[in-house]
Amino acid sequence: MAKTQLNLAVHLVRLESQTDFAGWRDAARRLATNDIPPEDAAWQVEPDGETRGKDLPAAHADARLVVPRDFIERAETVICHCDPERFGFLYRLLWRLRSEPKLLSIATDPDIRKLEAMEKAVGRDIHKMRAFVRFRKIGEGAEERYVAWFEPEHFIVERNADFFVRRFTGMRWTILTPHASADWDGERLAIGPGAGKRDAPAEDDAEALWRTYFENIFNPARLKVKAMQKEMPKKYWRNLPEASLIPDLIAGADKAASDMIARMPTTPAPHHAKVKAKHWPVPQPANADETENADTIPELRAVAKGCHRCPLWRDATQTVFGEGPENAEVIFVGEQPGDQEDLAGKPFVGPAGKMFDSILDDAAIDRRKVYVTNAVKHFKFEPRGKRRIHSKPNAGEIQACRWWLDKELDLIKPNLVVALGATAAQSLLGKAVPITKMRGDVVERDDGLRVFLTIHPSFILRIREQEDKEAERGRFLSDMRKVRELMGA
Amino acid sequence: MAVLSVREKLAILSDAAKYDASCASSGSAKRDSLRSGGIGSTEGSGICHSYAPDGRCISLLKILLTNFCIYDCSYCINRSSSNVRRARFSVDEVVKLTMDFYRRNYIEGLFLSSGVIRSPDETMGEMVEVARRLRIEEKFGGYIHLKTIPEASAELIEMAGLYADRLSINVELPTDEGVKKLAPEKKPETIRLSMAKLRRKIEEKAEPTLRSRKRERFAPGGQSTQMIVGADKTSDDGILRASARLYGSYHLRRVYYSAFSPIPDSSSSLPLQKPPLMREHRLYQADWLMRFYGFSQPEILDGSNDGMLDLAVDPKLAWALRNRGRFPVDVNRAEREALLRVPGLGSRVIDRIIETRRHRRLRLEDVGRICHSVAKVRPFIIAEGWSPGALTDKAGLRQVITRSCEQLSLF
Repeated sequence: MAKTQLNLAVHLVRLESQTDFAGWRDAARRLATNDIPPEDAAWQVEPDGETRGKDLPAAHADARLVVPRDFIERAETVICHCDPERFGFLYRLLWRLRSEPKLLSIATDPDIRKLEAMEKAVGRDIHKMRAFVRFRKIGEGAEERYVAWFEPEHFIVERNADFFVRRFTGMRWTILTPHASADWDGERLAIGPGAGKRDAPAEDDAEALWRTYFENIFNPARLKVKAMQKEMPKKYWRNLPEASLIPDLIAGADKAASDMIARMPTTPAPHHAKVKAKHWPVPQPANADETENADTIPELRAVAKGCHRCPLWRDATQTVFGEGPENAEVIFVGEQPGDQEDLAGKPFVGPAGKMFDSILDDAAIDRRKVYVTNAVKHFKFEPRGKRRIHSKPNAGEIQACRWWLDKELDLIKPNLVVALGATAAQSLLGKAVPITKMRGDVVERDDGLRVFLTIHPSFILRIREQEDKEAERGRFLSDMRKVRELMGA
Repeated sequence: MAVLSVREKLAILSDAAKYDASCASSGSAKRDSLRSGGIGSTEGSGICHSYAPDGRCISLLKILLTNFCIYDCSYCINRSSSNVRRARFSVDEVVKLTMDFYRRNYIEGLFLSSGVIRSPDETMGEMVEVARRLRIEEKFGGYIHLKTIPEASAELIEMAGLYADRLSINVELPTDEGVKKLAPEKKPETIRLSMAKLRRKIEEKAEPTLRSRKRERFAPGGQSTQMIVGADKTSDDGILRASARLYGSYHLRRVYYSAFSPIPDSSSSLPLQKPPLMREHRLYQADWLMRFYGFSQPEILDGSNDGMLDLAVDPKLAWALRNRGRFPVDVNRAEREALLRVPGLGSRVIDRIIETRRHRRLRLEDVGRICHSVAKVRPFIIAEGWSPGALTDKAGLRQVITRSCEQLSLF
């Protein structure tokens, strides 16, 4: 324990103010470099006293004093604490740091617990000051000023003043506290002496509005008085214009809530029928199966928007229907939309789509002249934090969605269909096929439609090794060249 | 209709806004008024300027532009069939109220929502005009949260994102069936599309432009949403499933859960009872586990019978009690991921444990010094000189913990 009895301490440090960090730092350097232990130093604030360091030896020029940068920053916070022992406590920490350089990392050390607790108390006080200062306006026009009275627990006015400057730059304001005051005239910040509550204005017209807001934003059915007091302790209430409403709000809450519950529902408001008739006319009964009447791709796409043929619509954003000219010679069928496609509502616009586009380009196939679609038209995924992990559609989902694919094939009547990956192949051929083994094959369906089998371009994206990736891209490119030849055939 | 004073309008239009739980003023870009010479700043973490006796923080001036509404959502105080008093602010009045409150340090900014009158664009247009006036004419640098009307035009949404810190669209209920039943005029598919558009816009604008290499401003505080809890029959598992989907699909900053609260002139189709506040609290805790503790959504209620969160103990403890095979975890050796699973250890405490153990081994009392309640932690960890032995698998462990560590009471 530091000896606070002045006559027992060998060295007395006089600081200029409660928050004289420069003074503390200078003294601490002198003491430490002269190997003066914490118990031989006493600390005192003497605003009007002699210059600091009078009784202290000069710092040893060649003695190195190295402390972590972090410590300086934290000490600067803790110096604002109202505990009179803080100067000695911080010096003790500095002293220990010389032989225990990792001390700040030992969260379980009692001194570090105390440092953290003090830091937290100051931080909280700073935060609460930012929250609970209430300005009152005086004067009008050029004379307009905002003045607040606030009672912080610690010596935080100087440390907190810049916040108010950054926030209320375009306003002239003064914050008065018992220990210090801060004043901003629109250009310059001045820290002055403490003041009294009576130095601040006693009222402000806006407070009536603020109190109205406070009363009405409160929901009496959710009374949680402890939760309120935890964050807004009673010690702050006396300077908050809204706080005097609290007791009555609490007292009346139960009754207000049970009144709401007990009150019988009333008949609809008079204007309700008019609003309904104007904005929500009863919809015409829809055709039993509109899809029967859809005989163009745009019509089909419109109907597919509401598809509930399998449960995948629940988690997806929207149906991602095929895209391309209705007289396309070739249809490319992928697996299902991915994250980007689901958001955009268009097939093949994500990373795999971009890869696909660039390879089609290399193969001299004009993407604008082909039709691209997917075997399954809703995105199936598992959420993982901010990402959606693609999951493979199952046989039931493929089967349900095949209905749409068949319609697309029917309307477009392509010369060739390209199955990109196993899911597309399964949908088009009605059974699972080994895609890697049959890659490059052309299978003719019973209805005469030729189906070219290859991998899905996302497969290329998943390859890590650059060299293998290039090789795979090359193989896919030669597949696409084959497709181009087959298109004409 | 009699002419209402600003004070009367404020009473009506703040009463009408209080069922929206969102109050955050955090997570936006840092900004101050030093250069503009105006008023207002945002500095990362939000500030709660007051607390109402319902324990909710008052950070923003949360009001509706008007509570006239053409929708008839049965859970909403402002539905068109309700007999609640109606009022409408002018743009001027909202701008002045916001500035008057902000200058006196009552608020961090404005959260403006509105009933839909006439057309979505007309309503959204007025809300955007409030935000524009604040930013441009008043040089206001505080926080602005605008509720977005899903059907509003792309141009209005673009302008809203330019002036606002956060945009939000409420999904209202966890399932589409719930929306259809209780908010028959709302279209869940349109709500999803709007959220998807917002995510794309936010991502597009976050990319530096080629010419100026600067990022264009667009809702730097991201988007959020709210779900009402307890107005329909969806289980907690279903609610969390909806949240996980929303976080993953639209990169929401927050999903707010609002315990369904009885409203004046309530509809007969809804449960008339006190709001399920503890359930709401547990949902927030579970949401936290998904976002910061590495839990996947299905894990949280895995092995529970009814898909409901335990009201008596927090969801992490409930999970640990069901998965005791994964404990005890050695605080001196375990990976951060494993420590995050220990009941009673928060992520900041874990940071300290990890930093400290690089220099010395931790004993149980060391852990006790830095965590909140060692009674909750003890059965699940190994420390220097401490092993829980049979305690981890003890049959009455749940009672032992709840009795000895008196769950933080919220009421």
